[in-house]
Amino acid sequence: MENTNSNQNLNSFQKQKNKEEMKKQLISFTLMIVLTLIAFAIVAMGAIEKIYVIPLLIVLAVIQVGFQFYYFMHMKDKDHGMPATIIYGGVWAALLTLAGLGVVSWW
Amino acid sequence: MNHDHTLNPETMPQEPEKATLEGKNKFLGLWFFLGGETVLFASLFGTFVALRNSTAGGPTSQEMFGLGLVFIMTVLLLTSSLTSVYAIYHMKNNNFKLMQLWLGITGLLGLGFLSLEIYEFAHYITDYGFTFRSSAFGSAFYTLVGFHGGHVIFGVSWLITLLIRNAKRGLNLYNAPKFYIFSLYWHFIDVVWVFVFTVVYLMGKVG
Amino acid sequence: MSSIAATQKRRSFGAFLWDYLTTVDHKKIAHLYLFGGGFFFLLGGLEAMIIRIQLIKPENDFVSAGIFNEMFTMHGTTMIFLAAMPLIIGLMNAAMPLQIGARDVAFPFLNALSFWLFMFGGILLNCSWFLGGAPDAGWTSYVPLAITSPGHGVDFYIAGLQIAGAGTLMSGINFLATIVNMRAPGMTYMRMPLFTWTTFITSVLIVFAFPPLTIGLFLLMFDRMFGSAFFDVALGGNAIIWQHLFWIFGHPEVYILILPIFGIFSEVFATFSKKRLFGYTPMVFATMLIAFLGFMVWAHHMFTVGMGPMANSIFAVATMAIAVPTGIKIFNWLATMWGGNVQINSAMLWALGFIPSFTIGGMTGVMLASVVADYQYHDTYFVVAHFHYVIVGGTVFGIFAGLHYWWPKMFGRVLNEAMGKLTFWTFFIGFHLTFFIQHFLGLMGMPRRYWVFLEGQELDLGNLISTIGAFFMAFGVVVFLINIVYTAMKGEQAAADPWDGRTLEWTVASPPPYYNFKQVPLVRGLDALWVEKTEGRGEMTPSEPLDDIHMPNSSILPFIISLGFFIAGFGFIYQPDNKLWYIVLYGGMAISVGAMIVRSVKDDLGYYIKKEELEREAD
Repeated sequence: MENTNSNQNLNSFQKQKNKEEMKKQLISFTLMIVLTLIAFAIVAMGAIEKIYVIPLLIVLAVIQVGFQFYYFMHMKDKDHGMPATIIYGGVWAALLTLAGLGVVSWW
Repeated sequence: MNHDHTLNPETMPQEPEKATLEGKNKFLGLWFFLGGETVLFASLFGTFVALRNSTAGGPTSQEMFGLGLVFIMTVLLLTSSLTSVYAIYHMKNNNFKLMQLWLGITGLLGLGFLSLEIYEFAHYITDYGFTFRSSAFGSAFYTLVGFHGGHVIFGVSWLITLLIRNAKRGLNLYNAPKFYIFSLYWHFIDVVWVFVFTVVYLMGKVG
Repeated sequence: MSSIAATQKRRSFGAFLWDYLTTVDHKKIAHLYLFGGGFFFLLGGLEAMIIRIQLIKPENDFVSAGIFNEMFTMHGTTMIFLAAMPLIIGLMNAAMPLQIGARDVAFPFLNALSFWLFMFGGILLNCSWFLGGAPDAGWTSYVPLAITSPGHGVDFYIAGLQIAGAGTLMSGINFLATIVNMRAPGMTYMRMPLFTWTTFITSVLIVFAFPPLTIGLFLLMFDRMFGSAFFDVALGGNAIIWQHLFWIFGHPEVYILILPIFGIFSEVFATFSKKRLFGYTPMVFATMLIAFLGFMVWAHHMFTVGMGPMANSIFAVATMAIAVPTGIKIFNWLATMWGGNVQINSAMLWALGFIPSFTIGGMTGVMLASVVADYQYHDTYFVVAHFHYVIVGGTVFGIFAGLHYWWPKMFGRVLNEAMGKLTFWTFFIGFHLTFFIQHFLGLMGMPRRYWVFLEGQELDLGNLISTIGAFFMAFGVVVFLINIVYTAMKGEQAAADPWDGRTLEWTVASPPPYYNFKQVPLVRGLDALWVEKTEGRGEMTPSEPLDDIHMPNSSILPFIISLGFFIAGFGFIYQPDNKLWYIVLYGGMAISVGAMIVRSVKDDLGYYIKKEELEREAD
């Protein structure tokens, strides 16, 4: 069955809220591009010592992923308590897995 | 009682994807699935990290990887994430046509990413003899990056199916959750890619 | 009898079969899981009998060494993946939605798909017996043995578990969404029955634990079938990676096997002591703590591999820590009975038998957690004794308790008590005969997974006793089967509430109507039904007016999707031999993907039971 209703019934307050939200998303996107550029630039220029580069890359990645989750995937909005819990739980299991495979494996 | 109006109300709610119980369930179900996917990719990343130096005398990451191509791929995928946000914005404004348009652009950007990745793999295989079987590093690289690419392929197929199936149906409370959870999945693929380019390519270049 | 149920009685066998092939009803899916899990439990039991007969005397030749390897591999794999898990998931399907006042799970279609994936995965794995030999690298399938194992046995292991595992993961997601979104009004998280809580926490474990197994199986598959080098040392591969991936899955897996059982016992102890569970809140938090810690101890299966004293110590301490919340639970169950009006029936016997048995198993677990001691225990029968004490003394006892407790709700009859008691006593005695002695066999140095032991090692008497115990257990199981058949034919109809229960599942008929609740009840406290019995009118107050009920449509697609993967599995297994098998591989995938596309493209809005029809139904 076709949806024949129009969006004139969406009140203007709601439309205004959606627009503001979209602006925040655009800012997030720009910041994510900037973070990506910084990460690539650091490696391409090779100016910083390796021991500082690796943690820095990880921090940049985590910040970018934070933007993805909280803004693009709406984790900052209400009713996202359970999703946030499950993702943090997954991150915890992921860190354990990485620690096991990365640290306690050798030849 | 006639139940037809429940999925096609006169006024679309402000969050159509969560306006039905089915929508709420799909929303949670996909987030739980993403929790599992986090651990799935962590296992692949762990395996890669353990095997990244097992090159068996073959080419290493520092020799092979070209940052330019990877940067373009990243921009394509990140932009496709933004375009899917636009699509959902239009969905919340009950604008079916614009939602379709932005979803289509998302799919095209995804296909662009995939083509570049296929080109990249072909380049490694022909120019360096770096294959899935040539070393443990090769197995780990192609499996990790390949699983991610496989998820992108699945996502694009899902998107095409959604667009075709709903083309004549328009937007209603039955298919709004379907579009929403697709976009969540698509964002997650970008989350994984952020770690892929960081751990595989950038750290691979650093050595 | 209501009009709807009456028409169902007059069906043919064909209609009955089609009903079960296409059902998406959690109650019927529970029946399917119990049937499938029960069948594989018998197979696994047969494999156990063969192992014990081979070991009845030194240097026996009842089976060859190769067959013995296949026996212990399949016994472990079958019992854990194809018997224990499905039986537990079956009980969760049967009871949890009713306990929270829901009409079904969040994703009924996915629920059916989960079952058929398990069934076909299990059948695929067992086809190996007839097709060149079952897997023989142990249920843990360590590399490099699993890579070099000739024939296709291990390939069947990979394909069968991958398919069945996908089903389990889907069940986990399904139960989580159900519990979060579909509780009756008034049922806050802290008013949920303990079995629902353990279902919830177990499902979180499933979501996090199964992906590493998935990846491990993929890596094993790639190495065996496609020539990759993950575990090939010559090309830089590493066998430890398999162990990590397997046990990061494997340890949470055993908590997946036991936490739901803890939930069952919480229900049984409270109901048959006519007393509320002692310490509800600590019980909930203890369950969460066990699950959380359960993810941090996997390497205690790898103490002797050479991770170094630092890593070993961390894992040892974490392992010992799990004993604390578990001990809290044992004490709380005992405190529940203390001062209660205790009724001893079959379910309660299993619960009482569980307390000392599981405690012994937990105790030997703490012994094994000591790294230095473990260097002696590792790969001996001491370990075998430990895990059988916790899995049989825990999981199997709990499944029996749950079956007795919920049988009336699932099948409308009460299992025969005399036979129930006979099963319990023979199984309980047999269990201790078989496994208690194995602690000492292990301490005396008998290694596990060896097809013979030698003359003059003083292991003869212990092994003989161990085998005799196995026959006692087999007898108990046979009596239980007879009980099931007898009850089906001659058992009396069960009331809605045969046990004077405390939770919502006892407010609906036995078995419930297919829509569960005519009107979703209003929950006013913990032990929702008991609150009404003691402080209310003795029955639930509805939380909504009588109205049309929305129900999901049945579908044959879950069966077809699983069948497609089953066929594709053969293609994967045999394609290294002959490229023509790719036809089978792609053909099977095409069936599955085609069925999934059909599912995606059609609108499936379910149907409505009209209010008028419900008004006509008896309550």
